[in-house]
Amino acid sequence: MSNRLRHFRQTLTAAALAAALAAPLALTVPGVAAAQERGGTMNIIVQPEPPILVLGLNQQGPTQTVAGKIYQGLLTFGFDLKPQPELAESWEVSPDGKVYTFKLVKNAKWHDGKPFTAHDVVFSTSKLLMETHPRARATFSKCEKIEALDDYTVQFTLKEPFGPFLQAFEVSSAPMMPKHIYEGTDFKANPANATPIGTGPFKFKEWNKGSYIHLVRNDEYWKAGKPYLDDIYFRVIPDAASRAVAVEQGTVQQTQFNDIETFDVPRLKGLPNVEMTTKGYEFFAPLSWIEINTRNKPLDDKRFRQAMMHAIDRKFIRDKIWFGLGRPATGPVNSVTRFFEPNVKKYDFDPKKAEALLEEAGYKKGADGTRAKVRLLVMPYGETWTRLGEYVKQAMKRVGVDVTLETTDAAGWVNRVSNWDYDLSFNFVYQYGDPALGVTRTYVSDNIRKGVMFSNTMGYSNPEVDKLFAQAAQTNKDEERQQLYSAAQKILVEDVPVAWLLEMEFPTFVDKRFKNAVTTAIGVNESYDSVYMVKK
Amino acid sequence: MTAATIAPARKGSGFWGAFARNKGAVIGLAFLTLIVLMAAFADVLYPDSPWDMTAMPFQPPLSEDALLGSDTLGRDIAAGIAHGARVSLLIGLTSTAVAVLIGVFLGAVSGFYGGRVDDLVMRFTELFQTIPNFVLAVVLVAIFTPSLTSIVLAIAIVSWPPLARLARGEFMSLRSREFVHAAVTTGQSNMTIIWRQILPNSLSPIIVSASLMVATAILLESSLSFLGLGDPNLMSWGYMVGAARTVIRQAWWMSFFPGIAILLTVLALNLVGEGLNDALNPKLARKGRS
Repeated sequence: MSNRLRHFRQTLTAAALAAALAAPLALTVPGVAAAQERGGTMNIIVQPEPPILVLGLNQQGPTQTVAGKIYQGLLTFGFDLKPQPELAESWEVSPDGKVYTFKLVKNAKWHDGKPFTAHDVVFSTSKLLMETHPRARATFSKCEKIEALDDYTVQFTLKEPFGPFLQAFEVSSAPMMPKHIYEGTDFKANPANATPIGTGPFKFKEWNKGSYIHLVRNDEYWKAGKPYLDDIYFRVIPDAASRAVAVEQGTVQQTQFNDIETFDVPRLKGLPNVEMTTKGYEFFAPLSWIEINTRNKPLDDKRFRQAMMHAIDRKFIRDKIWFGLGRPATGPVNSVTRFFEPNVKKYDFDPKKAEALLEEAGYKKGADGTRAKVRLLVMPYGETWTRLGEYVKQAMKRVGVDVTLETTDAAGWVNRVSNWDYDLSFNFVYQYGDPALGVTRTYVSDNIRKGVMFSNTMGYSNPEVDKLFAQAAQTNKDEERQQLYSAAQKILVEDVPVAWLLEMEFPTFVDKRFKNAVTTAIGVNESYDSVYMVKK
Repeated sequence: MTAATIAPARKGSGFWGAFARNKGAVIGLAFLTLIVLMAAFADVLYPDSPWDMTAMPFQPPLSEDALLGSDTLGRDIAAGIAHGARVSLLIGLTSTAVAVLIGVFLGAVSGFYGGRVDDLVMRFTELFQTIPNFVLAVVLVAIFTPSLTSIVLAIAIVSWPPLARLARGEFMSLRSREFVHAAVTTGQSNMTIIWRQILPNSLSPIIVSASLMVATAILLESSLSFLGLGDPNLMSWGYMVGAARTVIRQAWWMSFFPGIAILLTVLALNLVGEGLNDALNPKLARKGRS
């Protein structure tokens, strides 16, 4: 294509997009000179379109990103996953780790003008979320009682200490919901669900289904002088190629999670108008692995699984399949989360060692050079995972293991893996900042539950690991927890219940004029009350 | 020119004569031979598996370790094309063979017996004809999970109806011919009449349309693989295009060469089919090519 033609096409696309954006943009009021940075409109991609914006009722990824600007939690978390104040200005934990007392900010208001109080917190955590939010239910059912000591003090009393309890107050884990709107109603059928009411810096304005969600500045926001932006538009662009073009053209100022396909990342990284960061996902910290059904031969042999770890080049996977995104994983805990243990057995890429282990385990080469045959059910989550399947097949063939690839759709994958009808598959799981929330569930034997996805589908069982994980969850002393988790990680890395691949990273592209977008471990799901636009 | 075409085509040299008069058909046949040879000698040309990552990823064509470049994981495109030829031809030929078996059998029964049998078989055929080919193939492969067998069967199942109708037409017209009546009179069984008398005389149009069907089958297989519904353990051209389409802006060669391979093969098969039509169909040959 000639340069002129390309230029013409770009102009045409830009013109079309500009026309689409022109109407809403015209509504923007120029920034009032309250603060130097006040004013500006941000266009953010949201993909796929969320089904509903009430965060208490739906916690899918896109919902979190949009509703995180409308609703707030009591706490947020820094990159180091230490709690920071949000709706709670301070908190105290009793020495026995059973009583948590939160002091709330006194000037927060719901978008309809009603004050935010401790009664909203009690209602949200003991009523609404218990019914609508599986993760919150798991945490708050550990509470003996939840009570408001006065209008701005809430106390949670646990039946027994639970290490990661504070993590449960992040916005998507426990969004604060307005009691005066939801109490005594059918939560899911409440007509107010169409116009979400939160305490956040942005208010819901309009939702043009299939096109955009428009949020406007909350002038009554409880943090003085904030937020800085006037509007945020979340734009629905279902086609991946169009999303990449929108970034190139500068018509959107932010993308996150999987919005940009991995193969487009190197190209967009080089653009002058945007900056890429992989920070801001520490709270989710996904880890990917080869799921191994340890019930089946030859996968029941630890040496066979260790050989897999040596046969697969995780750096190649990161560089060539994920185009440089992610870090080769060393064990079950993502290194950006808490209680990660670096001193574990190392599995370097070494096919010779892999072959030696297979020899030792009694898997000798047959006449055709094959030692064993296994099936690999490729995760149906798109191109990248298919490439990974092809790579694993070839890498295992090099050490004499014949891998047959099987394909299926999303429902078939969940069905087969959760019912243990597989040899090998892929999986990745969010870790939610604490091993007790996102790691334990994969490896403990009381979570071997047929038909339940993301449980211990491998059938791995080690009483010592069970004990260590149980003890570590039931204390809130960090040094003690670190010791227990370190011990558990060392055993797991020796046993290889799954073959860990990558600590996955997501690229966030932000227009260079917008500052402060990613400041915490929940990154793009933050409230954006401190995001501002630098005007030229 | 006209004098030559008026003479009725005879067997032997006549067939080749008629075929060779169509220059396109000769070129097509030559190219097809080339592809068959490439498929036959794929293991000699590229002894390693086409899935082996033998080169640096993203090597452009004419690199020293990859003549036609390498793909995103460093697999040799040329090796993929050579081995992919096997898959494409294998699937094209076997699925056509299965479709011919089903189609000719049903068409023969329907055309020979007529009446209620004919009605029944033809309604059944129409049932398949009303469903769009490709959609049905996608559904079938998705249900039976992609594998060589399920793909061959799916393509055969969506391809047989036109053959059945063709065979039926031939059988109906031949059924009332004198030599068939003679055979009935001499007490030959129905099976013998169908097999020994009518079938050999109705083969020409069936061969022509089967040859074109191979091309369609290869296209269908490529489309299925492109959508990710190919056998995940077999390297095929459609798969190569499908896998490379995401990086087409960075690396055109990954989808270009397999695409060209599909184009040329299907074109060659069509040209050969047309040549066969000219050679086997005396009516057409007499009219000449305009």
